[in-house]
Amino acid sequence: MAKHAERTIIRIEDLVFEYARDGEPGPSRAIDGVSLDIQAGSFTAVIGRNGSGKSTLARNINALLLPCGGAVYVDGFKTSDAASIWEIRQRAGMVFQNPDNQLVSAIVEDDVAFGPENLGIAPDEIRRRVDAALGAVDMYGERKKSPHMLSGGQKQRVAIAGVVAMRPKCIIFDEPTAMLDPQGRAEVMKILGELHDEGITLVLITHFMEETVGADRIVIMDAGRVALDGPPAEVFRHVGEIRAMGLDAPLAVELGERLRKRGHYIPYGLVTVEEMVAYLCR
Amino acid sequence: MSIRVEDLVYVYGEGTPYETRALDGVSMEIEDGELIGLAGHTGSGKSTLVQHLNGILRPKSGRVFVDGSEITARGAKLTGLRRRIGLLFQYPEYQLFEETVYKDVAFGPSNLGLSEAETDQRVREAMFLAGLDFESAAQRSPFELSGGQKRKAAIAGVLAMRPDILILDEPTAGLDPKSQSDILRMLGNIRKSRGIIIILISHNMDDMARLADRIFVMEKGRIELSGPPEDVFSRGAELRGMGLGLPEAAGMIDMMRDRGAEIEGRPLTLDAAELAIDRYLRSKRARP
Repeated sequence: MAKHAERTIIRIEDLVFEYARDGEPGPSRAIDGVSLDIQAGSFTAVIGRNGSGKSTLARNINALLLPCGGAVYVDGFKTSDAASIWEIRQRAGMVFQNPDNQLVSAIVEDDVAFGPENLGIAPDEIRRRVDAALGAVDMYGERKKSPHMLSGGQKQRVAIAGVVAMRPKCIIFDEPTAMLDPQGRAEVMKILGELHDEGITLVLITHFMEETVGADRIVIMDAGRVALDGPPAEVFRHVGEIRAMGLDAPLAVELGERLRKRGHYIPYGLVTVEEMVAYLCR
Repeated sequence: MSIRVEDLVYVYGEGTPYETRALDGVSMEIEDGELIGLAGHTGSGKSTLVQHLNGILRPKSGRVFVDGSEITARGAKLTGLRRRIGLLFQYPEYQLFEETVYKDVAFGPSNLGLSEAETDQRVREAMFLAGLDFESAAQRSPFELSGGQKRKAAIAGVLAMRPDILILDEPTAGLDPKSQSDILRMLGNIRKSRGIIIILISHNMDDMARLADRIFVMEKGRIELSGPPEDVFSRGAELRGMGLGLPEAAGMIDMMRDRGAEIEGRPLTLDAAELAIDRYLRSKRARP
């Protein structure tokens, strides 16, 4: 568990969200009564199939979408309160799937400075923040380059630096590795681990089960509702339910289940490959 | 149907400060009915290579033969060739444009000048192969479909051309696990029912292990490793050095071996790893 995990920073109360549909009489309900309290400094992974409502949930956290029912609070500010929107967006930054859609400038360091500049911060403080943010994502050496010269993983790290430079308390990642190659995925996941160590609250939306095993908490969404919620070791005891929702269990969990069926004693709670290997080779 | 590539060289931005040798002497041969995996991290030259196979790009030097005839020859006719080679780019659903799935899938065949009846037959066949239900999906707007269904509709549009060679660039990227396994199963079925050459470009080594007859691994414009999956995946350290990995299960078995576990064979899939670890645990228990 994270060291700062005592205070609720994101509170989602009975959230309902509906999209209007073209040519259809009624709206489509993407979120159907979700309540979650997310603790400051924690790392929560939200997983679910395409269309399960996980991205809609993410967009409701930093007021890109506003609730049709229920309420969302970020650090005490209610997202539906129009006067609070800048307070919320300074506290909850967001990183999206496609790095190409998030970079606005022709030079990496200008891109990272874009957010803090808009907060009206003094130039020397901006310089410090940009350098620190680029260092944090290991892109300081590329600061003078043009984003189009970078790999997907590098672009995504620049996008993360742009959010980090705003010094948010929470960062919501909406499938940040979906368009990256394995190396890019590993780079981005490493940065997430480091941001978590620094005490930033992380919410990671993903379809990659393996990315969730390092989280403090996993929330599985299905048809707009929370289907499972708990620490990885607890959530992955429900392999049958996870499969029925069209998701895969992580390798170690799936293998543990199969070996148990073959009559071997394998303790529950081994969710990473490292843990499983250590147990099998003990 | 066969493909032969001889010493292909391609340079981007020649004479500019950004000059890059994207292909640096690539040679390969692909036989009829093979499913080939093409791996390599971003920028290794995979997409540049496949764009030479249907003449979208022309090499600086080297030659490409499709079915024995040289397509890189001066004045080679490429129209017929492009009909025979279906190339599916990454995120092909961004290229859907018609009002209905039916019209989108029919776009290619109707441009071949086929009759309405024959076009209709091709659309039904392609949707069936792609795993889309004709009755419920044909008259819908492609933009109303889920991510996985959109991808299948885009694939159906290429299948409707009845290609002899099907090239897919990361066909499962960005999809959820259920849609990913649908698409992989579909590729297996197409290979079985059609016997065409399929080239699968992917970073996903698990997909490669499951489907490919042979794998080519590219790095800096060259083919660094090639062979059946068991051979290529026995080179874990080299693959990692190229920013790639092993199939998950094979990586786990390697970790067990590093800790001294004696495991037979080279399991690449979860099923194979399950059997190998079962045997390992039994022999371990049998020992005093």
